[in-house]
Amino acid sequence: MNADLTLTNQRPKLFLIVAAAVWFIAYQALIPVSESLTALLPVDRTSPLGGALQFFLYDTPKVLLLLAGVVFVMGMVNSYFTPERTRALLAGRAEGVGNFLAASLGVVTPFCSCSAVPLFIGFVQAGVPLGITFSFLIAAPMVNEVALALLLGLFGWKIALLYMVLGLAVAILSGWVIGRLHMEAYLEDWVKNMPRTRAVVGVDTVTLAERVQAGFAAVRAIVGRVWPYVIAGIAIGAAIHGYVPQDFMGSLMGKDVWWSVPVAVLIGVPMYSNAAGIIPIVEALLAKGAALGTVLAFMMSVIALSLPEMVILRKVLKIRLIATFAAVVAGGILLVGYVFNAVL
Amino acid sequence: MKAVKVLGTGCANCRATVQRVEGVAKELGVPITMEKVEAIQDIMAFGILATPGVVIDGKVVHSGSVPSREKIAGWLGSGAELAGAGAPVTSGCGCGSRG
Repeated sequence: MNADLTLTNQRPKLFLIVAAAVWFIAYQALIPVSESLTALLPVDRTSPLGGALQFFLYDTPKVLLLLAGVVFVMGMVNSYFTPERTRALLAGRAEGVGNFLAASLGVVTPFCSCSAVPLFIGFVQAGVPLGITFSFLIAAPMVNEVALALLLGLFGWKIALLYMVLGLAVAILSGWVIGRLHMEAYLEDWVKNMPRTRAVVGVDTVTLAERVQAGFAAVRAIVGRVWPYVIAGIAIGAAIHGYVPQDFMGSLMGKDVWWSVPVAVLIGVPMYSNAAGIIPIVEALLAKGAALGTVLAFMMSVIALSLPEMVILRKVLKIRLIATFAAVVAGGILLVGYVFNAVL
Repeated sequence: MKAVKVLGTGCANCRATVQRVEGVAKELGVPITMEKVEAIQDIMAFGILATPGVVIDGKVVHSGSVPSREKIAGWLGSGAELAGAGAPVTSGCGCGSRG
């Protein structure tokens, strides 16, 4: 580790190249290693137990490796986009373009739900329009690095990209609608009465070596926290793969069941599960005949709409604005679900 | 005597920041007063966008993460080497959000 730290500090570019190569080789070696491991086990590959074990043995290291890679890269990217800089970019923007910019910046700006309130107030205070602030606040948790890494590992890049594009679309559209509704009156009074501030950005003096350190810090903090959920999620997913009969979910979450999308959203909102635990289970449900639109709607509502976040936001927003926010976002997610089930 | 304020609504990272600042001050032998600012109105008066924030003698020096031990030592105005320094900034969110 000490040698590592010296290399990251003194030759950060070289370190990044070496690290990328090592990561790539490890990723390539995964399939043969998991194949031979499963072959060693005294179970029949075609039995339910064998199928579940192979899924678990292959997917767990693959997802964890992808997670570490994506979180590291995002940790470095985050160091370029401080909340202060994002705020300065968004202050005084016109709606439309501003919503698009806010949602995109929501993906790359470091965000933590416990900072949602200071961020919200800081944006509004500096003259970021309400709807644009909401576009940021919806996109930031919805399109996060953990969700993207898991989607990439379990569903492939097409679905990961689809989720990202649709998540951004829901954030842009919902923010725009909330802006159109002119609900500034439904901010809490103390927020409305706060003095206006100007968005200022400090001089950035972060070195590449420090960005690499930030990447490592993100891996330690995020992967260190979510790995038990990843393993639990994949274990449940593996059990579903092995033991639940094919097409079992077709009658419950299939595309011909019109009520499945709203029910999926309703179940998803109170679930404050992290993406790490929910995505492997959802992947298994998809394999058992659930429709993609229903599954996407469920994931989005679990990740983007949560009761605890609404409780936090209650400190700055009146009930009516929170209800509007939840209804507009849920509406956007429903639309995504129905459109997908109709098109695919 | 340094007057330290830690700004945060009581999330895990805020508690970690308080502990780390107190630990470094003790190690360096710098006397400090520690105040935890937890009311959101009071936090916003300092103009930060992300918690936890650190204020030393009335000036915001940091926001958005648990500061590294080296940074804290710098604020406390001592060039003294810390034993086992090295834990860098944790930028992640320790407040139990989804991923």
